[in-house]
Amino acid sequence: MSFLTIENLEKSFGANRVVKDFDLSVEKGEFISLLGPSGCGKTTVLRMVAGFETPSSGIIRIDGQEVVRLKPNQRNIGMVFQAYALFPNLTVAQNVGFGLKVKGTPKSEIDTRVAEMLDLIGLSDLGGRYPFQLSGGQQQRVALARALAPRPQVLLLDEPLSALDAKIRVSLRNEIREIQRRLGITTIFVTHDQEEALSMSDRVVVMHEGIADQVGTPFEIYNAPATRFVANFVGTLNTLEARVLDPASGRVTLGQTEIALNRPLPGPTATLGLRPEMVSLGRGTHDTALSGTITEVDFLGSVIRLRADLGGQSLAFDTFNTNRIAPPKVGDRVELGIDAGDLLVIEG
Amino acid sequence: MKKFAAWAILLLGVTYFVLPLIGMTEFSLSMRRGEYSFDAYAKVLADPQFRQTFGYSVIMSLMTIAVGVLLVVPTAFWVQLRLPQIRPLIEFITLLPLVIPAIVTVFGYIRLYNTSSWLPLTGSLWGTNFLLLMGYSTLSLPYMYRAVDTGLRAIDVRTLTEAAQSLGAGWVLILARVIMPNVLVAVLSGAFVTFAIVMGEFTMAALLNRPAFGPYLQLMGANKAYEPFALAVIAFAITWACMGLFQLVTRFSKHTKAAG
Ligand SMILES: Nc1ncnc2c1ncn2[C@@H]1O[C@H](COP(=O)(O)OP(=O)(O)O)[C@@H](O)[C@H]1O
Ligand SMILES: [Mg+2]
Repeated sequence: MSFLTIENLEKSFGANRVVKDFDLSVEKGEFISLLGPSGCGKTTVLRMVAGFETPSSGIIRIDGQEVVRLKPNQRNIGMVFQAYALFPNLTVAQNVGFGLKVKGTPKSEIDTRVAEMLDLIGLSDLGGRYPFQLSGGQQQRVALARALAPRPQVLLLDEPLSALDAKIRVSLRNEIREIQRRLGITTIFVTHDQEEALSMSDRVVVMHEGIADQVGTPFEIYNAPATRFVANFVGTLNTLEARVLDPASGRVTLGQTEIALNRPLPGPTATLGLRPEMVSLGRGTHDTALSGTITEVDFLGSVIRLRADLGGQSLAFDTFNTNRIAPPKVGDRVELGIDAGDLLVIEG
Repeated sequence: MKKFAAWAILLLGVTYFVLPLIGMTEFSLSMRRGEYSFDAYAKVLADPQFRQTFGYSVIMSLMTIAVGVLLVVPTAFWVQLRLPQIRPLIEFITLLPLVIPAIVTVFGYIRLYNTSSWLPLTGSLWGTNFLLLMGYSTLSLPYMYRAVDTGLRAIDVRTLTEAAQSLGAGWVLILARVIMPNVLVAVLSGAFVTFAIVMGEFTMAALLNRPAFGPYLQLMGANKAYEPFALAVIAFAITWACMGLFQLVTRFSKHTKAAG
């Protein structure tokens, strides 16, 4: 059985159903992200696990124990907030030691553990400072150490990087992941940033209007999105309408090109998804060629983002910059190479 | 020209406030004919009634502060955390003491708790002291509540509370270790106002017939010439000392330097 299981979790605020039939099993030591747009119910799920909200119905089990009836201070869960939430009147060391002190841990033991945690986050010299004397990134690391010091069973992080500068955000996310791996702590990380979710997680839960649309590894989420929402929300995706010629074998026409998808397709039309990086300028070694007219050229440096019109449908794609070949210009007729196997069939 | 007008107005204001103070102080020092002396002060300080009423009022004000803090901090905390929708109601209630004259309140007390009532508080000394304490707490409520509420708004009460909860802390611990220390400066500002109110309060103490400082001031004022002015200067000094102390506390609370 999984370490943390959530079954049929529901939460309504009045008539507003915010979390709907949410299921999740998290293995011990796993790093799970809840990814979704703002307002989709991520925080609410996390707060129910922490005990700050009571589910309307459903079960939450940690290490076999049903926790819904436990108060937040009885759950042994570490929580990190977007707003850091360090106690302003306590020093860094006192903040980190707070949970242990509450538990009545002997002082010498607290001191040892605090030193260990400060070392873990690389702030050993700053134990005597007050929170206002730290940068945002340092404060959030202290908040992490504070949450981890009492050795919680589960670590919950609610958009912990959203208040930070882009640069610190990237370095801190690596640091959090590194610490999580080292301690082997079961972690749920809430974010609306897909890059964060994909780069940090063992598995990602993509949430949409209170529902878990897909649960999978970052690779699965990106390459085999289960719903139209996931396909559109994670990464950039072209959606193309194709006419189905033969529903049984999945032969379709896209623009003027006939493509065999080798899978049954219902309906007279199918929606296909294609990542921009799967398209190349010129047929090259690809199995299928599309022809189009360039409508947009965006020179971004290492990457050139282009857009072509395929007889009424627009396709965005990327090529790498080289100093030998000038990028195409708007109005150029071009041939584009794709592999039929890269086309995602989008359902729902 | 504009600058000149501004200075003139400022000067006028200062004169308006300072002149009476100077006059009062000057008069309080003129008990001995022909020279300045502290005779009036010596007389006042030597008066056993002064010491007794002053001591009584100091103790009462400290107790009022304690009651106020214990009543207001948890209430304001809970309203902010869980019942923000009833905030207007609470604000209205805390403003009532400014609208209802103290004399009405105290007559209400006397009617409700007289010796032939179901709770004859006025029948005993302790009961009357208790009534007075409650009356003082009511009077200080508008100031105490507003001060604490402002202090609470300056911190992220909800997130700090949740952070403490997730670290295993219960309500008492959260109030004592997380909320209180962070609203201490605000609580102190409420406490100093409370102190000033209680030290000068006349109506309630007089009608409940307790030996407080306010009625003593009034008694002296009616019967003596120089002493009341010495007393006024002393009372004034106490007020200023309170404000000074408050400034000091604010300056020395390390962790609020950035926020405050
Ligand atoms: N305490 C609450 N009372 C009423 N509605 C709430 C409350 N908390 C959250 N909601 C609503 O629930 C929805 C999901 O919120 P939330 O879980 O915070 O989303 P996310 O974290 O994904 O941005 C939002 O529409 C929000 O307005
Ligand atoms: Mg959120």
